[in-house]
Amino acid sequence: MNGVHDMGGMDGFGKVEAEPNEPMFHEEWESRVLAMVRAMGAAGAFNIDTSRFYRETLPPHVYLSSSYYKKWFLGLEEMLVEKGYLTRDEVAAGHAMQPAKALKHGKFDLANVERVMVRGKFGRPAPTPAKFNIGDRVRARNIHPATHTRLPRYVRGHVGVVELNHGCHVFPDSAAMELGENPQWLYTVVFEGRDLWGADGDPTLKVSIDAFEPYLDPA
Amino acid sequence: MSHDHDHHHDHSELSETELRVRALETILTEKGYVEPAALDAIIQAYETRIGPHNGARVVAKAWTDPAFKKALLEDGSKAIGTLGHVSRVGDHLVVVENTSQRHNMVVCTLCSCYPWEMLGLPPVWYKAAPYRSRAVKDPRGVLADFDVALPKDMEIRVWDSTAETRFLVLPMRPAGTEGWSEEQLAELVTRDSMIGTGFPKTPGAPS
Repeated sequence: MNGVHDMGGMDGFGKVEAEPNEPMFHEEWESRVLAMVRAMGAAGAFNIDTSRFYRETLPPHVYLSSSYYKKWFLGLEEMLVEKGYLTRDEVAAGHAMQPAKALKHGKFDLANVERVMVRGKFGRPAPTPAKFNIGDRVRARNIHPATHTRLPRYVRGHVGVVELNHGCHVFPDSAAMELGENPQWLYTVVFEGRDLWGADGDPTLKVSIDAFEPYLDPA
Repeated sequence: MSHDHDHHHDHSELSETELRVRALETILTEKGYVEPAALDAIIQAYETRIGPHNGARVVAKAWTDPAFKKALLEDGSKAIGTLGHVSRVGDHLVVVENTSQRHNMVVCTLCSCYPWEMLGLPPVWYKAAPYRSRAVKDPRGVLADFDVALPKDMEIRVWDSTAETRFLVLPMRPAGTEGWSEEQLAELVTRDSMIGTGFPKTPGAPS
């Protein structure tokens, strides 16, 4: 979706301000949100792509004015309601009032903590041979799906070169909508800065994205 | 979460967000979806196990062991997997090398993708709009915000983490560190030098 989360190349957000000796969490509730997201994801309530999509669909003014973990919280709450794990009445009451919905991987208890600390695997067996080779010129498709995609707007329509092939991976565009993993070849595609940003762009700049095969056409 | 008795807050009123977060945890617990002690354990694991010290050890080893460096650049996940002391990084870590001709910088314009196992949880600036919006268009301007300047003709390569691949920058080894041990070198490797928004510390310089 063409949301405000797709920020690459936008102007007006100001300087990058690093905080010296930044703590891991600024408020205790942030750590609880992180843990709940990780736990409910590991329990099978949603996948990582769905959770990203729920953050992206927050209203633009909410997205831009909420802190990082506030966005995580708002996305989590909405997602759990929409997926039927809790009801709006329960959220309003602050207590459980309905029977639980079964979780794919069961209750998240202490025995599951180690699973969260090991990064998931996203590589999948290849259903078809790769369409592109290293060094091929490719054009990022000019597509504007209203649903989740990982093709940023700033490369759409531009020509780049395939630099790396990462194998077949879970396709976020499908997984986010719970349409299955639909594995696709994944490539690092490099663009010249001036192709993206025009003649005034930095001549020394190259930008790469990791692009799934359905994002690309031969060029 | 028995805050009322275990903690002494300076403020007696909880923010609306705190109340909502607590309410959600209560509901998830009452419905039997999560065990609060398991949430505590997740937080503790993040607080103690991950952090830039993991990435720094990998970088320092690459600086001292050419065979490891070669393996690391060929397959980051596999090479790091051979180091028992570093937490598992998953299958999709790509290590990119800074040279005298090329500087690498990592961003996630769409959200906040970051090599947690190597660097810990990302700092706020990495997840915020100013960095995400400008890194791909004006990386030199972003570097200036960090008081970092690159030679005018140096290639700058920005890696936008748009998939589940993760990127770690291998910075250049500082001059004046000949004969240093891996442990000594690891002390020079900063988090920002592995994102590409900074350089390693210089020997003898005030930190």
